[in-house]
Amino acid sequence: MKRAFTRVALVMCYAGWLAAAGPVLADEAKPLKLNTTADHTKFKELQKEFTSGPEVTKVCLTCHTEAAGQIHRTKHWKWEYLNPQTGQTLGKKTVVNNFCISIASNYASCTSCHVGYGWKDASFDFKSEENVDCLVCHDTTGNYRKPPGFAGNPVVKDTEFPPGSGKIIKGINLSKIAQKIGKTSRDTCGACHFNGGGGDGVKHGDMDTSLAAPTKELDVHMDAEGLDFTCGTCHTSSSHDVAGSRYTPTAQDKQGARIRGKADKGNPATCVACHGNGPHKKEARLNQHATKIACQTCHIPTYARGGIPTKMVWDWSTAGKRDAEGKQITLKDAKGHIIYESRKGDFTLAENVKPEYVWFNGQVTYTLITDKIEKSEQRTPINKLGGSPTDGKSMIWPMKVFRGTQPYDPVNKTLVTPHTAGNDDTGYWKNLDWDKAITVGMKDFGHPFSGKIDFIKTEMSWPITHMVAPKEKALGCAECHSKQSRLAGIPGIYIPVRDNNKLLDTIGWSIVFLTLLGVFGHGALRIVSSRKP
Amino acid sequence: MSERIYVFKRFERFWHWSQAGLIMFLMLTAFDIHGTYTIFGFEKAVAYHTIAAWSLIGLWVFAIFWHFTTGEWKQYIPTTEKVVAMMNYYLFGIFKDAPHPFRLTQLRKHNPLQRLAYLAIMVFVGPLIWVTGVLYLFYANWAAWGLTAVQLEWVATGHIIGAFLMLAFLIAHVYLTTAGHTPLAHIKAMITGWEEVD
Repeated sequence: MKRAFTRVALVMCYAGWLAAAGPVLADEAKPLKLNTTADHTKFKELQKEFTSGPEVTKVCLTCHTEAAGQIHRTKHWKWEYLNPQTGQTLGKKTVVNNFCISIASNYASCTSCHVGYGWKDASFDFKSEENVDCLVCHDTTGNYRKPPGFAGNPVVKDTEFPPGSGKIIKGINLSKIAQKIGKTSRDTCGACHFNGGGGDGVKHGDMDTSLAAPTKELDVHMDAEGLDFTCGTCHTSSSHDVAGSRYTPTAQDKQGARIRGKADKGNPATCVACHGNGPHKKEARLNQHATKIACQTCHIPTYARGGIPTKMVWDWSTAGKRDAEGKQITLKDAKGHIIYESRKGDFTLAENVKPEYVWFNGQVTYTLITDKIEKSEQRTPINKLGGSPTDGKSMIWPMKVFRGTQPYDPVNKTLVTPHTAGNDDTGYWKNLDWDKAITVGMKDFGHPFSGKIDFIKTEMSWPITHMVAPKEKALGCAECHSKQSRLAGIPGIYIPVRDNNKLLDTIGWSIVFLTLLGVFGHGALRIVSSRKP
Repeated sequence: MSERIYVFKRFERFWHWSQAGLIMFLMLTAFDIHGTYTIFGFEKAVAYHTIAAWSLIGLWVFAIFWHFTTGEWKQYIPTTEKVVAMMNYYLFGIFKDAPHPFRLTQLRKHNPLQRLAYLAIMVFVGPLIWVTGVLYLFYANWAAWGLTAVQLEWVATGHIIGAFLMLAFLIAHVYLTTAGHTPLAHIKAMITGWEEVD
């Protein structure tokens, strides 16, 4: 039986070899060149020189008539999101964080990651179709760039930037890029999402350029030589709306594996969406664990595993130092990573970081610019996570907790949004003057600023969900079932070993010790008494 | 002049020694799991502990069957007769080389204190360990079994109490094997089946 199978397999291999190596017969279909039905290099409309992004988009829209309208409905375009659970209006346009703090007054720099062209200030026209940037997500050449400072526009001619700096940004050929348009990839999503927070791996911890072509070890699904998932494999999209959200994450997915044809409004980007709710075939006990513990907790042992450090702490309060000549300072660690910049302050970086763990039910409440905050010993949460062991909706989740010290207004008791980026006389990064920077930033944002500046300690939680390790590298039992448990401090559950009762142990060992004492005493007496004449 | 009587039959000896080995291995892995020391580490210790536990359950099925079919279960019926005499012997007589108050026969191979001790192990410590142990093993099934009121902490606590009591028993039991008319007499009997009596 086995031999017969081998023989069939051999014949099939041989046939395959013949087909691949032999001459193509005249009546055979053309070989597949692309896995799409349109070869954009053949489109006359794209065979011309483009001098701006919107020119390309206009051409795209002649065929893809609904595409811009679909984009207009998304977070990627609006940078605005109404959280239905909390009623808060969120999105990059509104939230304040403890990295670069806010996009207000810094549009031209920040919107290099906007899926549009020309968002340089609050007057941007969100109804414009030609300002939708198709290329940023659909480039396949890897040559498309939107440098910070150009309000999301690509640079098509060699340009000195900042003006007078002597640094030249090379122009790119939009025609070639447009003709090679294709599906989104790890590279296109990663161009922004790997570099969140202003640099490679800075923000998320579980996303950086090491995921562009990861090993199996780094990400079992994205493994470039294995399953080779793109971002879109999990973050499926419909009408250009991409699934998955950090504003309303799915902490617990009770729906089980998704089946075609089944009505489903859930998030398709969860682990459970493919693996179901009982994925451990050998150890049923682990499925029980999975009713309280998010998959990510065991299957992502550490983040920032790809050789690129992530930022853990950012202290804005130390920014502003100058050297003897009055110039800005930059300090680097032994590996060449920046740990101090005059314009930003001190950083702490880390690789292979063990996450912190919390009960999380998917509800995230942000501290917005309008919220009053009190300075205290406790860090002010940039985003507060909902969750408890008893609400029936929470799971134990791994988090990157990013800790910062950032400017705030001690009179109005609010966070503040400084004007940082910009080649002008108020941008903090150029002038190192908080007063000017915050005055301009808050005015642009439309919120009051008292003129007094203090610094406040904050923290922001980032659910860890990427960099899933192969199962052999998942956490072992003793990572939690030990006295140095990773889940130390997680309330509401009994974890054997972590929760050993000291009194019980003391009583137990006392009984054992007394028994031993009795036995040895009795034995000694017997030996002594037997020696008597 | 002493005589020899055959007290421990072949199955009984097999049962005793395999049970002894399994219990000692269960102890070893138990306190590894408990975090007292690390020999195998939590993960492997749990796996070995589970295998040993199922083996012991299997052994017990045979032992229970044997006890009932042979009537040997009657050896464990408690009695108050000579209990005080036995206690006096262990507390005083044994040091003065006084005669043993109990004369063992095939039908009464355990002295009254042994009967009480083994019965206590069988009706209290044993069930405590087995009930909590099986619950522990089937933690995943509690909801399906309708055991919603059971707390893992109680089960774990019960199991740990059982383990300490079993360890204390083991120590006393091993020591008392030396209380025969020679220190190794009882051990020999448990190996060969033959006990020498006066």
